[in-house]
Amino acid sequence: MTGPRRRERAAAGSSGFLKRSQPRHGEKVVMVLLAAASLVSVLTTVGIVIALIPPAAEFFQKVSFGDFITGTEWSPLFKPPHFGVLPLVTATLMVTVIALLVAVPLGLGAAVYLSEYARPRVRSVFKPVLEVLAGIPTVVYGFFALKAVTPLLQDIWPGDDGPQVFNALSAGFVMGIMIIPTVASLSEDAMSAVPQDLRDGAFALGSSRMQVSTKVVFPAALSGIVAAVVLGISRAIGETMIVAVAAGGRPNLSFDPLEGMQTMTAFIAAAGIGDLPTGSTGYQTIFAVGSLLFVMTLVMNLVSIRLVRRYREVYE
Amino acid sequence: MTDATDRPDPVEGTDPAPHEAATATPARARPAATAPDRPADSRTPRVAFRDARPPSGVPVFEVGGVSVFYGDHEAVRDVNMTIENRQITAMIGPSGCGKSTMIRCFNRMNDLIPTARVTGKIRYHNEDLYGRDVDPIEVRRRIGMVFQKPNPFPKSVYDNIAYGPRVGGFKGNLDDLVEETLTHAALWDEVKAGLKRSALALSGGQQQRLCIARTIAVKPEVILMDEPCSALDPIATAKIEDLMEHLAQEFTIIVVTHNMQQAARVSHRTAFFTSDIDEAGVRHGRLVEYDETARIFSNPSDQRTEDYISGRFG
Repeated sequence: MTGPRRRERAAAGSSGFLKRSQPRHGEKVVMVLLAAASLVSVLTTVGIVIALIPPAAEFFQKVSFGDFITGTEWSPLFKPPHFGVLPLVTATLMVTVIALLVAVPLGLGAAVYLSEYARPRVRSVFKPVLEVLAGIPTVVYGFFALKAVTPLLQDIWPGDDGPQVFNALSAGFVMGIMIIPTVASLSEDAMSAVPQDLRDGAFALGSSRMQVSTKVVFPAALSGIVAAVVLGISRAIGETMIVAVAAGGRPNLSFDPLEGMQTMTAFIAAAGIGDLPTGSTGYQTIFAVGSLLFVMTLVMNLVSIRLVRRYREVYE
Repeated sequence: MTDATDRPDPVEGTDPAPHEAATATPARARPAATAPDRPADSRTPRVAFRDARPPSGVPVFEVGGVSVFYGDHEAVRDVNMTIENRQITAMIGPSGCGKSTMIRCFNRMNDLIPTARVTGKIRYHNEDLYGRDVDPIEVRRRIGMVFQKPNPFPKSVYDNIAYGPRVGGFKGNLDDLVEETLTHAALWDEVKAGLKRSALALSGGQQQRLCIARTIAVKPEVILMDEPCSALDPIATAKIEDLMEHLAQEFTIIVVTHNMQQAARVSHRTAFFTSDIDEAGVRHGRLVEYDETARIFSNPSDQRTEDYISGRFG
């Protein structure tokens, strides 16, 4: 793993007093261990991608990609089966958007408050408490959505046609609460890392605290903030337990957040714990949906990297 | 700016009585750069010591019994001084003497440090700067500040200048204001081709002049400079000093500096701070002597000042 290393040869007749006085084997061992640690995560990712491809490829030999991506009915385990993935995709996007509508304003608001307004004492209490939210198991959030948020929504909903027992709204809302700490904590780190010099400069020009936050600190921290939001989106798209518990298990091509719907991850979980025979088309759908999920998050990450490059303000 | 090296070194004291010499030869006043409404101005760029201007009689700041605390620690104790209109006042002294703390009192930058507390009175044009209904934002629009390390925003040159006017609700033509401001700060010719380029691409000296330009874009009355040249090389320093002399025709400038030659070269009046240890063993900054710059450097009345400027201490 070492790069080419140039060794100085002692010229003939030199005393060699600059030579290494004792061998440093420990250092090599440590380096190999550290390299192995970083390799594990890379190899795992590569392995997952490799494992996804063959079953997904077999699936697409039976079902055309066009039918898969544009079909509006998803019933792979029924007869006759329909392999239109759109209901799952729209459900995933719907829940994710609702989650972001909750998490981005609240998360960024919390981050601006903690980084720019809160006194150090307040921050030292608030931030750990916020991060505890990230440690709550997602299944707990799922039941919170199903047993607390949905009944509450049904109670306070004006009119008769309130949310169904399983619905995208409460699942998305609770998922938003779940990713607030991710967005808030990482954005706060990015904003706190902006040099105090820049704030002083802005204050000295007669800026209010709000102007300093929005016009100087926020743009300077943009790349970190976008990274935080992207990580939040990735968690929302990949989140399984909340949607499986609170949004229901029925594929439903609908744009009404009050209805139940099945997301891509919820389908994978439901089909995965079922007893589908290995090699059957139903089994392969899991990999097809999984690949699509992977591609979606990948594209989103690439797009956000591009966006950040264009808009960020680099401080030294 | 090429005369960085041919300036006489003021501390060497080539002129035995520079103060008297300068006042005796008002004819040496710079004809072009001096504002016509102040013919008595005897400032010349080549004398060893700047002569104090005739007192304008317009006090900008009256500091009375000011102490600054960080938590329980008294960083500066009982400062009294009056700063007059359109003069350059230098604050010198060894590290830890409280001069930076003191300068940050004038535009209430110390408000931003949660533990800092200012006692005593600072009157700005007879108005209590720390009065109950005084808005620190309004204060900072009138009293601008330039910092030790150049701190341009990570935005374009144009946006750096436009920032202050924008947050202040400027309604006129920003393009004109930017050009006028940069010209005023003697930076226009160097940056006019790259107004949209990042300010961080400028050299350190240009960045610092940009920060000065950014400060005058909001048209303050006073400019505070906290060691503005300490991160710069001698040539960039000389350019900033030139700019300060030029700006002193319209602005009241207070400058903190570690560089005694700089204080001697540019300022009209000099305040010497040092740190004392009191009976309780607590170290705190004090104003030792405040006088015309020529007198401070040629004939200081306090032994500590003389020790410091002659290099025996600090």
